[in-house]
Amino acid sequence: MSGSHAHALYFHGHSAVHRLAPETKLVAQFLFVLIVVATPREAFWAFGLYAALVLLAAAWASIPATFLLRRLAIEIPFVAFAFFLPFVGQGERVDVLGVSLSVEGLWGAWNILAKATIGVLASSLLAATTTMAEFLTGFDRLRVPRAFTSIASFMVRYMDVIADDMRRMRIARQSRGFEGRWIWQTKAIGKSAGALFIRAYERGERVYLAMLSRGYSGSMPEMGEVHATTRQWLTASILPIVALPICAIAWVQQA
Amino acid sequence: MTETIEPVTGPALEVKDLAFAYPGGTQALFGVDLAIGTGERVALLGPNGAGKTTLVLHLNGVHAAQAGSVRVGGLPVVKEHLQEVRRRVGIVFQDPDDQLFMPTVRDDVAFGPANLGLRGDELDERVVQALTAVGMEAFADRAPHHLSFGQRRRVSVATVLAMRPQILVLDEPSSNLDPASRRELADILRSLDITMLMVTHDLPYALELCPRSLVMNGGRIVADGRTAEILADEALMSANRLELPFGFFPAQAEAERADREARRL
Repeated sequence: MSGSHAHALYFHGHSAVHRLAPETKLVAQFLFVLIVVATPREAFWAFGLYAALVLLAAAWASIPATFLLRRLAIEIPFVAFAFFLPFVGQGERVDVLGVSLSVEGLWGAWNILAKATIGVLASSLLAATTTMAEFLTGFDRLRVPRAFTSIASFMVRYMDVIADDMRRMRIARQSRGFEGRWIWQTKAIGKSAGALFIRAYERGERVYLAMLSRGYSGSMPEMGEVHATTRQWLTASILPIVALPICAIAWVQQA
Repeated sequence: MTETIEPVTGPALEVKDLAFAYPGGTQALFGVDLAIGTGERVALLGPNGAGKTTLVLHLNGVHAAQAGSVRVGGLPVVKEHLQEVRRRVGIVFQDPDDQLFMPTVRDDVAFGPANLGLRGDELDERVVQALTAVGMEAFADRAPHHLSFGQRRRVSVATVLAMRPQILVLDEPSSNLDPASRRELADILRSLDITMLMVTHDLPYALELCPRSLVMNGGRIVADGRTAEILADEALMSANRLELPFGFFPAQAEAERADREARRL
């Protein structure tokens, strides 16, 4: 992973998908996930097609499928409760391998699992092809208020610096014989957290001084107002545009 | 670089009788007087707590003068002129992590000129020029926290150069640098054709880069002269808590430098 874009979810590459303007990818991914969520749960084939679509896009971006599949682990805690639905669901029941399961619960679990999995796949693909800086530019160009994007950008910039501060303080504690495992030592940890906060606060002041010194006058300057080309918008919209008729057909079948 | 001490073309920076006390009541400056000519490289030496940083923060109007005045290229540092003063005086702060706050090196270098209203190609050109001047043009798309400390210090210099300042003010430029990065930075600073004021505890660095030095102590300028002479003045040095590193002899270093420069020509 190259130094510039190292967030853990990024997969370095130079594919057409990597080069797409970030705002087009953000919008396309958002629409795609909306369409997936709006699809009736009975249309198994539709979810199969959606998954295939995302994997095709991943192949186009030269992201190995295994890379995306490993990212799926993140959804486990969120969908864990879906596994309980078949057991606790009400209404009609079926026997599967001698266990009585609720039909409604099974549908509910499938619904959550399928939609979450495809949503996470699509998000992982977006994250794998978009650097942190690009995300910020993307949101900026989508007219997200600059106060929000600035806050996010400072967070991105200083997270590592503060984590480093924290690591040094931990090492300093340990060097003086401190093992933070016991509950009665939380006091020392609490104090470190306080000190960390003060340090971060002071850094904030110094950063502000440095900004003032370079002519900052209360709002972040707009830089590089290049907008995505129509071609880029069209390319990015392939995903939602192909997904939309799938969703529509699933609803027609339903009726 | 001329070796003259007297300003040749009128002062790039003029501080007259500047006094300042912090809101808490601690008086930091007790009437500072100094003038720096265009193109001069001057070191500002002095012990911790002498008021060096306080003085620096007056040069671009972060602190407003309570008594006395500061002029940059003839322009008084007052509220109406702050934007122009901040364009003329570029300050490189000690901790590059304070100076570099944007997600990429390119954005960070562009921040200053963008605040001056530059956009598009003109802005890009400034960024490339500034990064090239410090040898960091290949790192434009990197995130600052993925650079080495020395590289971050160089980018910090570029962020200020991009504003095309008339005076470059450096706060402890050699601190925390390994010897190679320290030398690389010296080469870069020497290559810049710009008036320079360098706050430093690194006396060999001052001698290497700055023909003239000011010594500050207790909120006043207590000495002003040729760096080699100041460093050789033992009484002055010890009175102001200045000490040369072990085994460093200013006269010998001066001779060596003259020799090296003669060979370069």
